[in-house]
Amino acid sequence: MTRILAQTKSASVNPLKSSQPLGAALAFLGIDGAVPLFHGTQGCTSFALVLFVRHFKETIPLQTTAMDEVTTILGGSDNLEEAILNLKTRTKPKLIGVCTTALVETRGEDSAGDIADIRLKRAEELAGTEIVLANTPDFSGALEEGWAKAVTAMIEGITRPGERARQSKKIAILPGWNLTVADIEHLREMVESFGLQPVILPDLSGSLDGTVPDHWVPTTYGGTSVEDIREFGAAEHCIAIGEHMRRPAEVLHKVSGVPYVLFESLTGLKRADQFVSLLSTISGEPVPAGVCRRRAQLQDALLDGHFHFGGKKIAIAAEPDQLYQYATFFVDMGSEIAAAVTTTDMSEILEKVPAESIQIGDLGDLETLAGGADLLVTHSHGRQASQRLGVPLMRVGFPVFDRLGSQHKLSILYQGTRDLVFEVANMFQADRHAPTPEELDPFRKRETPGGPRSSPLTRH
Amino acid sequence: MNSLSAKIQDVFDEPACDKNRGKDAKARKEGCASPLTPGAAAGGCAFDGAKIVLQPITDVAHLVHAPLACEGNSWDNRGAASSGPSLWRTSFTTDLTELEVVMGQGERKLFKAIREIKEAYAPPAVFVYSTCVTALMGDDIEAVCKRAAEKFGLAVVPINAPGLAGSKNLGNKLAAEALLDHVIGTVEPDDAGPYDINILGEFNLSGEFWLIKPLLDRLGIRVRACIPGDARYIDVASAHRARAAMVVCSTALINLARKMDERWDIPFFEGSFYGISDTSQALRDMARLLVRKGADPEILGRTETLIADQEAGASKKLEAYRRRLQGKRVLLNTGGVKSWSVVHALMEIGMEIVGTSVKKSTVEDKERIKQILKDDNQMFEQMSARDLYTMLSEGQADIMLSGGRTQFVALKAKTPWLDINQERQHPYAGYDGMAELVRQIDLAIHNPIWSQVRERAPWDCQPGVKDEQASAKNETATVHAAQEFAGTTPTISASVEKIR
Repeated sequence: MTRILAQTKSASVNPLKSSQPLGAALAFLGIDGAVPLFHGTQGCTSFALVLFVRHFKETIPLQTTAMDEVTTILGGSDNLEEAILNLKTRTKPKLIGVCTTALVETRGEDSAGDIADIRLKRAEELAGTEIVLANTPDFSGALEEGWAKAVTAMIEGITRPGERARQSKKIAILPGWNLTVADIEHLREMVESFGLQPVILPDLSGSLDGTVPDHWVPTTYGGTSVEDIREFGAAEHCIAIGEHMRRPAEVLHKVSGVPYVLFESLTGLKRADQFVSLLSTISGEPVPAGVCRRRAQLQDALLDGHFHFGGKKIAIAAEPDQLYQYATFFVDMGSEIAAAVTTTDMSEILEKVPAESIQIGDLGDLETLAGGADLLVTHSHGRQASQRLGVPLMRVGFPVFDRLGSQHKLSILYQGTRDLVFEVANMFQADRHAPTPEELDPFRKRETPGGPRSSPLTRH
Repeated sequence: MNSLSAKIQDVFDEPACDKNRGKDAKARKEGCASPLTPGAAAGGCAFDGAKIVLQPITDVAHLVHAPLACEGNSWDNRGAASSGPSLWRTSFTTDLTELEVVMGQGERKLFKAIREIKEAYAPPAVFVYSTCVTALMGDDIEAVCKRAAEKFGLAVVPINAPGLAGSKNLGNKLAAEALLDHVIGTVEPDDAGPYDINILGEFNLSGEFWLIKPLLDRLGIRVRACIPGDARYIDVASAHRARAAMVVCSTALINLARKMDERWDIPFFEGSFYGISDTSQALRDMARLLVRKGADPEILGRTETLIADQEAGASKKLEAYRRRLQGKRVLLNTGGVKSWSVVHALMEIGMEIVGTSVKKSTVEDKERIKQILKDDNQMFEQMSARDLYTMLSEGQADIMLSGGRTQFVALKAKTPWLDINQERQHPYAGYDGMAELVRQIDLAIHNPIWSQVRERAPWDCQPGVKDEQASAKNETATVHAAQEFAGTTPTISASVEKIR
């Protein structure tokens, strides 16, 4: 049983978290013709925007209600209304995703009530634009919670309720935020290869995959269409990926009776097998030859790669579902999780993470715990710890701002797992240093248990 | 918040600010915050501005008293460089949780956080930043800082610039006020000398101040404090003993310069290290001010010798690019170009300025721009992303120089772009920096990717469509330019011919 250690420090050192409204905005960015709107000061938006741009290297539509001292005292509903109307006239979006911030939540704004009033009062002007609210104060949760709340809010607000005639080929897919653009593209192709029609909510592969449009678009271009969200309930089945997508899957089930299956992760051979078997069962189709070939390639990668993984100590800091995804990947390859740090103790997935204990904390904690590790696994902010500890860093999650192409990195199913095996094995090989007589001398000063490096004899 | 409101009134009524001087008494009283439009606003908040100005002080622990977003979404994101301590790059925040906000436990957590930082890192000072939520909770960070300073025996400086107070620029100025109130003048240096100067508003981005410092060393001028670029706390604390000061970014720190003049008799001048003539002028002004304050006048002659030598070297380097850059059209899209000598230098080697933003420029600035540009219409207050995109995709400029905010507008319009704001990768200050800027412009414009990204797929070209012809014309122009300078293989132009 994994022990979950609560945070006891008062000063968070090098945060691991990105804020909850940022997670919600990310989900709204996966909708076609959308603009996320932060209900807060312009700084809240500016920081999130800069971080998005550094990660995706794209223009990101993100707006603010621009609260100031006076509106903070008098109330922000006028700002919210003005912002929504301005966005409607200027960008003609199909969806405005309102994300609240700590400022308006601390103030106690009734944003849901305000939005209901605005929609009523301005029905004519706002026709053709959905407005969805995610309550996402910065003082609780992180990216994962924000993403899940936004997806839940979209299903509650847009999906047509009631039991419907099911389209037998239609599969509703709820990916967690930790799936990259490449993961979603791959997932779609896999589902389609069984003759099924996937509808993915949200779909970052349509909006943030780095294509160059031939004219200026002030909203997102590409992603799940609002119409698809409306018809989401006509799916035969729903597949949710990541524990944090359980809530949206349950809401979809409640709203329209669509049954769901939840995969905690799609990385690793066994999970890929389960996923592929499920698709085969739902579709009644045999597994395509190409998929079998990918599976064989992964088996070969496991054979070639396992030499590099055995006995390695891995230190991971990530949000709960991503922590689970990578911890299980490494343990399945014969490594051990020497340190695990995450953002919240609220997720049920944490009990299943194959680590002795999980620290709720920050990258300062990771740096303290990762002393004897062979590899750090976290986002780009781990670069300082990596440098100080002299331990290589594998960049995963958000934000990755000092390497290109993170969105095009595949990490799921046979092919993604194969790529991960190669990536990590190559990092170990690059970090390898030649043995020295001193290291191998039987009379050398023995390392203290849990000391800086594992035995030189077993390295590499 | 009364003391904060008073501070804001005070910094808005800045007598040394050109823009402010141009206003009548009533307009001055209204301050310079332009109201924001909800749903159509861009830019940072006062906290952002305060952190930008102070964070490059390298050995200080910067502690942000806030829920996660203020620090968690923004840390380690600017390119200032340090020659020593790296503590400034470590992020500290109280990361307030819901329970702590509800229960009002902010002050207690802040106090504990300061203790933890003192015990683990022993910095010379902790700077504590207030933010919207902690201001709204009514946390008295000044009291907490005072108590912590007494108890732990180190400088704990409250930075009272919550985001909701206003713009980034206001935050810059509030940060300066905090330095005046709590830091500058608290340490007496034992080595003050007649050649000591302060450089204010220099951020040492990409280490570019290190292109300047050796010039000052050569002249025997000592930098008492460069605020904030590569500064140590003690430099800032003893900055009041400099003889003269140069203000590099006056929009940010003019109040600091003027008040240091008032309090400690440190005269200042506004100058810039961008561009050749401005760098020379800055060195001259610096030497003159020092002489006025009692330094040996022989420094003036030495300065002229150094300038002549450096200018000759720089012109030679720039001249090498004339052939490659002559006639190329530059669009400047940045807050306000303070340094007209950059523009001059670009024009000297034959480049053309086809547009510039004047959002933050003063009346005099605008007059100068009018003289430089052929057409007044090329001046714009602020261009919307859509208009900018249209202008660039129509091929009206060969390169845009701007900040990261509009980077992808240019790139999506398939136009060369160079970062000249805070995230830039290259140092552009001084004589060598100008040569580097021109080199980077050259590299950007003549990169062989432009012909590749502008070309349509071979199976995707229907001749006769209007906009296609326009873009094909562009392609040829670029390909020819590229061929002339980079020796592009004939295959590319052949395929362009086919397309046409």
